[in-house]
Amino acid sequence: MSFASAQFLCFFAVLFVLYYLIPRRHQWKLLLAGSLFFYFFAGWYCLIYIGVTAVTTWLAAQKVGRLQQEQDAWLKAHRDQMDKEQRKAYKAAGKKVRWRWTLACLLLNFGILAVVKYTDFVLGNVNGVLAAAGSAARLPMADLVLPMGVSFYTFQSMGYLIDVYWGKYPPERSLGKFALFVTFFPQLIQGPISRFSDLSRSLYAEHRWDSRQIAMGGMRVVWGFAKKLIVADRLAIPLRELVSAPEQYTGIYVLAVMFLYAVQLYADFTGGIDITIGVSQMLGVQVTENFERPFFSKNIAEYWRRWHITMGTWFRDYVFYPLSVSKGVLKLHQKARAKLGEPGKRVSVYLCTMLLWFVTGVWHGASWNFIVWGLLNGVVILVSQECEPLYAKFHGRFPGLKGSFGYRLFEVGRTFVLMSSIRVLDVYRDVPLTFKQVGTIFTSFRPSVLWNGSFLELGITGADWMVAFFGTLAMLACSLLGRKEPMREQLVRRNPNLAWGGCAALVVCMVIFGIYGIGFDATQFIYNQF
Amino acid sequence: MEELLDILKELHPDVDFEHCTTLIDDKILDSIDIVSLVAEINDAFDVAVPAEEIVPENFNSAQALWEMIQRLDEA
Repeated sequence: MSFASAQFLCFFAVLFVLYYLIPRRHQWKLLLAGSLFFYFFAGWYCLIYIGVTAVTTWLAAQKVGRLQQEQDAWLKAHRDQMDKEQRKAYKAAGKKVRWRWTLACLLLNFGILAVVKYTDFVLGNVNGVLAAAGSAARLPMADLVLPMGVSFYTFQSMGYLIDVYWGKYPPERSLGKFALFVTFFPQLIQGPISRFSDLSRSLYAEHRWDSRQIAMGGMRVVWGFAKKLIVADRLAIPLRELVSAPEQYTGIYVLAVMFLYAVQLYADFTGGIDITIGVSQMLGVQVTENFERPFFSKNIAEYWRRWHITMGTWFRDYVFYPLSVSKGVLKLHQKARAKLGEPGKRVSVYLCTMLLWFVTGVWHGASWNFIVWGLLNGVVILVSQECEPLYAKFHGRFPGLKGSFGYRLFEVGRTFVLMSSIRVLDVYRDVPLTFKQVGTIFTSFRPSVLWNGSFLELGITGADWMVAFFGTLAMLACSLLGRKEPMREQLVRRNPNLAWGGCAALVVCMVIFGIYGIGFDATQFIYNQF
Repeated sequence: MEELLDILKELHPDVDFEHCTTLIDDKILDSIDIVSLVAEINDAFDVAVPAEEIVPENFNSAQALWEMIQRLDEA
């Protein structure tokens, strides 16, 4: 069941009415039932996958929490009889036992994710090696079905388990409540990857009817649908055409693919997250923001702090930091420093950064495109880091430049172009083709296609291009004007009638300009595939 | 504390680490700075900073960092 479907609208309407009619103490149970129903629509077998993750994580967290409690109690009772070293040794031994339980659950759940997501990728590569070696033997593809949102709910659950292992909070005692945290339906399609400490309080709380919150949530849902149906799904049509015949669409077309895909992905992903957060807000549940106007970032590192924030912080907290402070990496740091001096201090940090981006690429998809995409992001971030002294020198020579509007604009434009260039790896079928296509920008630019009507033969009309253009301008304006406070909040505060009028106008625009209806498949959000 | 301030100043010579209490909140230290700092702390004070201690409250100021180092050394 996609957000952009009549089924979802009916499902949510019924759930919403029941939610505020039933006794408040049962609201979380209704959300759980609704989430399981929503997930059932993706295929009954999907319930088995998500059920295994929810139950095993809950059991492991219970065990780890109980071990921690027992250890704390024992330590408290025997504190006076132990010296500092004995206490350290006891704590270390307890941590080791807790880690075993945590690791077992991590291996099981990441193992399931790896099998369903990467088996065919591995088999495909093995077949490639066999072919290169001249063998006629081929392994059959497993063709496993990917359960909806498997990456998102697995990461969310494992983040919770690691937090319990680290002692950040006690485990949730109720299996039902924990299952709701894992399966909460607005997040299942494309995240965000919430933290238990952020989501649980409002998820399990009793909610009274709050007209303001419901109105704000509703407006955000409308805005999300508008981005998705008017801009993202409209741009998907020419993009599909441009990517399906790469040998025909070279040069300036590739440049168009880069920028159109950047806008489409932004509209699609932020639109989907707007729907997620808006729907949750209507139910009184606060979901973490996943974007902070990413295309206004000055560099790639900042962009990644503002785009898909919950994924970035997940990888930072649960992969990058643990890896960087592990014994092996700290030893490497010491060795590199001893051998190479000052520059050696950066070796381990840079190695971990590249590993982080490799894993981030693998998470995004089972293909070399995403692995190269991840590594390219890492390389650009590290090169920027290494160039810091050069930038400082440059700005020392031109002191007034850094704060100027022109230079800020240049930085934002540079980030957009860089990100769009790297992102193009998402769209073409393999890495060599992507580089070949990008190469044609320099070898056969052919700007004449811009004005000879060729862009009108890509599946959408001139009027469609205008709608997409003004839709993009509207998103840009909202981003700019909503720097300190979201536009809808400003409008409601200043002139509620204008806010409601604007919302109604947006709905009318969606009905007229939205890409939907019989024969059109608006079922997939791009990030759903990750 | 002096040694810690030297390490911090080496990372960002232009920051007033004696007085700044928003090193993370104001994004003065990023994740790469933090792991560099943890490695330096490990070298200088022989204190292993576990991943769960890498939270804004422990890295927002030199004083908070110093208190964390002492606490980990004591534990």
